[in-house]
Amino acid sequence: MQQQTETLFIQHFGKEESRSLAYFREKMAGYSALRKALGMSQDDIINEMKRANLRGRGGAGFPAGVKWGFIPKQSAKPKYLVCNADESEPGTFKDRDIMRYIPHLLIEGMVIGGYAIGAKVGYIYIRGEYTREAKLLNQAISEAYDAGLLGKNILGLGHDFDLTVHRGAGAYICGEETALLSSLEGKRGEPRVKPPFPAQAGAFGGPTIVNNVETLAAVPFIINRGGDWFAGLGKLERSGGTRLFGVSGHVKKPGLYEIGAGSATLRQIIYDFAGGILHDKKLKAVIPGGSSAPVLTPEEIDVIADVDTLAKIGTMLGSASIVVVSEEYCVVRLLTRISKFYAHESCGQCTPCREGTRWMTDVLYRIEHGHGREEDLALLLDLSNNIAGRTLCPLGDAAAGPVASFVKKFQADFEAHIRGGKCPSA
Amino acid sequence: MAKILSQKFYDEMTRLEPRYPTRVALLIPALHAAQDEVRWLPPEVLDEIAAYIGIHPAQVREVASFYTMFNLEPVGKYHLKVCTNVACCLRGAYQVVEHTEKKLGIKVGETTPDKRFTLHEEECLGACGTAPAMMLNDDYHENLTPERIDSILAGLE
Repeated sequence: MQQQTETLFIQHFGKEESRSLAYFREKMAGYSALRKALGMSQDDIINEMKRANLRGRGGAGFPAGVKWGFIPKQSAKPKYLVCNADESEPGTFKDRDIMRYIPHLLIEGMVIGGYAIGAKVGYIYIRGEYTREAKLLNQAISEAYDAGLLGKNILGLGHDFDLTVHRGAGAYICGEETALLSSLEGKRGEPRVKPPFPAQAGAFGGPTIVNNVETLAAVPFIINRGGDWFAGLGKLERSGGTRLFGVSGHVKKPGLYEIGAGSATLRQIIYDFAGGILHDKKLKAVIPGGSSAPVLTPEEIDVIADVDTLAKIGTMLGSASIVVVSEEYCVVRLLTRISKFYAHESCGQCTPCREGTRWMTDVLYRIEHGHGREEDLALLLDLSNNIAGRTLCPLGDAAAGPVASFVKKFQADFEAHIRGGKCPSA
Repeated sequence: MAKILSQKFYDEMTRLEPRYPTRVALLIPALHAAQDEVRWLPPEVLDEIAAYIGIHPAQVREVASFYTMFNLEPVGKYHLKVCTNVACCLRGAYQVVEHTEKKLGIKVGETTPDKRFTLHEEECLGACGTAPAMMLNDDYHENLTPERIDSILAGLE
């Protein structure tokens, strides 16, 4: 078993009382970081964030401090801080627990973030299905307003910040930051052409920073204990803090595990933390970072689970959501389901994604049902290749990556369906 | 045109309005609030929202039809949405769906003739560690099995 690093979040999950302001103040030094931050300069906060090596927890892994630094100091239009709480990447379920168990931590992180970038207005864009979490956030927000921690002249230190929970309504694409902003503005959730990037022209045309829930929830720790301390929680040079790994699928103990960034391999997380494979079956495949991440075979999982280490072997850490597949489930059937999801969620703006995702799903469906043709595998790779990199937003890549990787790495399974005229396990 | 939406809806909109720099940003909150009252979004409600916000009804439809949570057709008193995405399908979501179909005597996408139940397959609900999961109206139910479905359904009026 790996030596456990200090955890920031997980010890507070699963407890009803952790939601309250009283608990947050008593057990988590709640809002002390805010008081400290409001006495610091904006540049000092951003520099502390850069030192922390906090890489965005939503999926792209972009350094949060660097992102904050992109906000122009002067702006004719109001600036905004938006929390991406859309949590829609299949396999991901970490932000839900932060919001329902320690909502004040997120609020504190957002007030600090607002101050650092010069924004007086913030929104938490939460996926529509999280009705209960939205209610809990609203309760915590009204507690914070009553305590003078939100609103005008916060803590009497001159900073104003208003925070509103904005519910999405069931669209995966709204996890993409420009689609999220379109949705926040009351439009269809369609991604926008970049540039301009949100830091120049984001929500309502104003300079905007969009950060994931877990990213913002880390901010109070960084302010209180310093960027260097936070960076030291990670075991790799460019990746600080702890990470909440969500392990799902065929493991004995699915759930969240928090470990120092870069401190464990995929194999250790699956076998040491999540208890190994359900029913002691053989491991077949691992999707390491949400369903968009290219799949890995059991031979490939002795790799440190972090942003750069997984990128190096052609996949991604994404939202640190590990989906484990045992030999009990047909990989062709699984890929067909994944592909159907992307076809359903394509916003339809870009032709390669709109047409290509559907086409790939049709081809996969016929292979799964025993009507595949020999040339279908080459066709799938060709389709995948013609979607990747040819769309406005990463949904195209998200749909293409799984198809190409499953077909290449599990070619024998696909061929067995085509040649046998049915699923061999059916 | 007689109003369908209640004073509570309009009070909520008045409360939210200062939170946004544009009026159109109220559209998605308005659709949610309206659906909470009426359970679905009939054309008259979409028109009423358009009139309130001051935009063309087509703009309301354009947005409402983009998001799967907005019901543009009536749904039953109990709306079951079972996730069948990766984590859930690996943990038996399709068995849960098939069992529910049999139990209710309807297929996915249908409503029972007595208008009590509507069944849908859902994309990832973000409850993958407790898969399979479903929503029953606004509430999550997790770690589902066919037996759990039986007891959940038996507990409904």
